[in-house]
Amino acid sequence: MTRRKNLAVLAVVALALTACGGTTKSSTESQNTAAPATTAGKADPNAPIKEGLKIAYLPKQLNNPYTDVEVGGGKVAVGELKGEYKLVGPNDASASSQVSYINTLIQQQQNVIVVAANDPNAVCPSLNQARKAGIKVVTFDSDAAKTCRDAFINQATTQGIGESLVKMASELAGGSGEIAILSATPNATNQNSWIQVMKTELAKPENAKLKLVKIAYGNDDDQKSFTEAQGLLQSYPNLKVIVSPTTVGIAAASRYVSASNYKGKVAITGLGLPNQMRKFVKDGTVKKFALWNPADIGYLAAYTGAALSSGQITGAQGEKFKAGKLGDYTIGADGEIVLGPPTEFTAANIDKFNF
Amino acid sequence: MSAELTATRASRFANWNVAIIAITVVVLIVAAATVDNFGTSENFGFLVLDVLPIAIIALPMTLVIVTGEIDLSVASTLGLSSAVMGYLWNQNQPIETIIPLCLLLGAVLGAVNGFFVTVLGLPSLAVTIGTLALYRGLAFVVLGDSAVADFPPSYTAWVTGTIGSTPIPNVLIIIVVLAIVFGVILHATPIGRAVFAVGASEQAARFAGVRPGRLKFWLYVASGLVSGLAGVLWTLRYSSARADNGAGLELAVVAAVLLGGVSIFGGKGALPGVIAGVVLLGSLQNALRLSDVSNEALNVVTGVLLIASVLGPNLANRLKGWKQ
Repeated sequence: MTRRKNLAVLAVVALALTACGGTTKSSTESQNTAAPATTAGKADPNAPIKEGLKIAYLPKQLNNPYTDVEVGGGKVAVGELKGEYKLVGPNDASASSQVSYINTLIQQQQNVIVVAANDPNAVCPSLNQARKAGIKVVTFDSDAAKTCRDAFINQATTQGIGESLVKMASELAGGSGEIAILSATPNATNQNSWIQVMKTELAKPENAKLKLVKIAYGNDDDQKSFTEAQGLLQSYPNLKVIVSPTTVGIAAASRYVSASNYKGKVAITGLGLPNQMRKFVKDGTVKKFALWNPADIGYLAAYTGAALSSGQITGAQGEKFKAGKLGDYTIGADGEIVLGPPTEFTAANIDKFNF
Repeated sequence: MSAELTATRASRFANWNVAIIAITVVVLIVAAATVDNFGTSENFGFLVLDVLPIAIIALPMTLVIVTGEIDLSVASTLGLSSAVMGYLWNQNQPIETIIPLCLLLGAVLGAVNGFFVTVLGLPSLAVTIGTLALYRGLAFVVLGDSAVADFPPSYTAWVTGTIGSTPIPNVLIIIVVLAIVFGVILHATPIGRAVFAVGASEQAARFAGVRPGRLKFWLYVASGLVSGLAGVLWTLRYSSARADNGAGLELAVVAAVLLGGVSIFGGKGALPGVIAGVVLLGSLQNALRLSDVSNEALNVVTGVLLIASVLGPNLANRLKGWKQ
């Protein structure tokens, strides 16, 4: 008893002692901003692509249909590059579960890690450990912090996606009315940055009549997204459009609406996979939605990793390389490589796509 | 008669302890010999970091379970500690203040459990399932869905770093110190004997002058305190304070403790076995992952091990019964 009391007293004293002065957020920030970016070696654009490169894919989680298509494209590219393809990943999209996998890949001495970060910072220390071991790190889908990867495959610019989502919502709502967003996890880097752009777009005068009433989170879980869609429609009877910038969310919301009496009254749009959305487009629940070709992301990531690992590029702005069938790419600011503009899918063109 | 009973009990239990330690050693040797890159110093560091939260929380959990109770709120305490850490950091508080506060918070959360279980006499399973949800809910209230990431590099580097140029991770010091503290308390002090006595028969212990309520209360405080510490270490290790940190970890902790030969009914258990259980689960996962075994298979292995750990001693016991 007394020992515990002493402990408590000790803790309070320690508190009092440290209350003034110490390491705070602001003092750390000033240090952090002073830290210089990592410097890379010199790029040799004429270096040949090495054969037998070990390229490992670590998506946010396994058994997600969208991810399967992405890494499928990666597998094709690794085959073209005559490398060794590997796919690992957790079953839950939690922040910390990826770290053990990165550590494992370091141990296995992979040449390239292609990763979609569940948390931009949680994976950072281990990714930097990997880079110290000579492994090139390419991020896709959800970027890690800039200081811990060599390049980021951006499926489309954040601005472009946000704008296109608002444009589709506005068209479907007829220019005015209530809209809601059904997103993935509240921490998903990409979804959040698109939503940010959407908010900026919605603040513009031409969209003044569109009102964003709620952002719901389905956690990229089918059941949760389904329930959240249901909740949105019940809470907002005047809702005109649900915009879901995630393939799991848009499919779940469409499934709910197509079987309910909201069908035809509430429009669903967002980012979806043609194969998952086909029946909802055909039955009229969904008029249009957009996406880039996910297989191309995995494909481009493999070529980027190979170019990095072979010394053709270092990840610096302005460097150019060739990515197989996709053609030539130039690295943008902060090591970003933009895949291209998103494609809009409607009843007219959806049968041309199979992914 | 009763002396004899205790003697056989003690030996049966010692057997399982020796068995689990032996199994762990065998697994480590086999893994080092057959799995590429398992035996490297770098991988040792990763392994220690991976088992860190389970290892330290399993220590007070062992004592709690030996008294015949359980604490399922540990992972939520970890999450709330992490969330509060992120919140205070965002409020521009110095980390030197935040860390002791988070430990204190853990102790208070443990005391809440202890209060319900010992003062109000409620079943610990129900109470801590309740606080499991409650503390996790509070974590989301505190930090919402955001993540706080920009902790000072000197602290995060210490947690992921090693002692000097040796391959020994810094956090191993924490594990070893806590293991010694809890090991000595359980196996070499009157408190430890009281823990076993309460677990074997609360009434008998009371007649022998032990105050079970007070004992259990402080065990819950210890459990909360260590979970709070685990929350701090988790946050620094991943440089990420989030309300969902460590979700589901309580089951891994209980699994390791039971695998270590502690009886879920209380009264039986020893810390060396528990530590072996933690190492066994952690190194198996690590080795299987290095061998490219899928996550589903990892879960299957963990489940089978757990059932085996309960079944093994039980079967041996029945066989003995038949012989007699």
